[in-house]
Amino acid sequence: MSGVRVLVGTRKGAFILSSDAKRKKWDVAGPHFAGWEMYHLSGSPADPDRIYASQTSSWFGQVVQRSNDGGETWEPVGNKFAYDGTPGTHQWYDGTQHPWEFKRVWRLEPSLHDPDTVYAGVEDAAIFKTTDGGKSWSELPGLRSAKGELWQPGAGGMCLHTIVLDPKRKDRMFVAISAAGAFRSDDGGQSWRPVTKGLVSKYELPDPKAEVGHCVHCIAMHPSRPDVLYMQKHWDVMRSDDAGESWREISGDLPTDFGFPIGVHAHDPDTVYVVPIKSDSEHYPSEGKLRVYRSRKGGNEWEALTDGLPQSDCYVNVLRSAFAVDSLESCGVYFGTTGGQVYASSDSGDHWTAIVRDLPAVLSVEVQTLR
Amino acid sequence: MIRVVLPVHLRTLARVDGEVKLEVAGPASVRSVLDALEARHPMLRGTIRDHITQERRAFVRFFACGEDLSLDPAETTLPEAVADGREPLMVVGAMAGG
Repeated sequence: MSGVRVLVGTRKGAFILSSDAKRKKWDVAGPHFAGWEMYHLSGSPADPDRIYASQTSSWFGQVVQRSNDGGETWEPVGNKFAYDGTPGTHQWYDGTQHPWEFKRVWRLEPSLHDPDTVYAGVEDAAIFKTTDGGKSWSELPGLRSAKGELWQPGAGGMCLHTIVLDPKRKDRMFVAISAAGAFRSDDGGQSWRPVTKGLVSKYELPDPKAEVGHCVHCIAMHPSRPDVLYMQKHWDVMRSDDAGESWREISGDLPTDFGFPIGVHAHDPDTVYVVPIKSDSEHYPSEGKLRVYRSRKGGNEWEALTDGLPQSDCYVNVLRSAFAVDSLESCGVYFGTTGGQVYASSDSGDHWTAIVRDLPAVLSVEVQTLR
Repeated sequence: MIRVVLPVHLRTLARVDGEVKLEVAGPASVRSVLDALEARHPMLRGTIRDHITQERRAFVRFFACGEDLSLDPAETTLPEAVADGREPLMVVGAMAGG
């Protein structure tokens, strides 16, 4: 029977929310790894029972967990993330060079084809890969050769938080780093180059059009059209029609173009979602109204989706990894908030209900469509 | 036989109840005890001391016999009462809010 499994990472544990295809009644399991920060959980597209989870703590560091049975049971796997060779240095706040120091895994992106192959995006920014189901991790050091000495942490840390795999060109992948920018590899992660032409960061960078340094918050792609990328930058919602070679702004009539996540409808590559946040220092919705904005035209023209979402006194945030869509016939859309709510829509965002309202602050939301 | 008390999150991770009892060859030190602990419970590698540098993680402390041993060199011989199992070596997570 078809259904969905929503994987929720929070500040104090992980939760798995399950439903049949109607998505009306939900089973809530958890907390798994209670008390730990769960930055990301992600299922393998090649084997939905294989799930990876990034478990981290200021006290005890990084743990990676793996489930082979859809999240019923878990086992810790390898947690050694050693930078390749001499770690090198990057820009520090005071203008000096600072050594790369591993802090945590922000993103686990399983291969589209092999359950044992996973990419990990980490802080301080780098990308690692396992081909043995997480037992061992090796850095793909070419990324940090892409002007890594100029990268500088933003207020949230220098984190590699987005990994997008091209389903049509198996060796092409994209990553996004705060606050270094967007990068593309065409050789399976061996070499990388910035793909930031058209990004403008007027108030964040001395050279607003610099090749690196842009605070890219999230990138999304529709698998049927992988040359089209959508980006939520610190400010500005952007679009590329040439696999990142150039970008143009599509913020259009949004009330504010600051935000964190961006997502694409499962069946319509021109339908895009963002959750505008008031500003870079006021990380909550404008006017206390939680509104998802949807464009059906690939940007510029946006409509507010509000049915079922709080429209007064709401001051939560939606973090960059806390937005996902399922691929059931009527596309489901999901997001989690720093207030602990996970909202779901089973009709592309027209109507929303809260699956849960009182979890710890939500860091990430992923959804698996089960058939 | 050396007794080690782990914080609750590491007991959960290692799937142990209560104290961990270890045999350590030669004079026992924090380093040799942690080596033995990680050999038996590999999932604890990187959680008490850094994978690469082997330095104690900043918010982890080592207590024994009413003393804080955290700042002693890791190869310092542990008190006799720890070495003969009368007192445990406590691995402690630092106090913090949240």
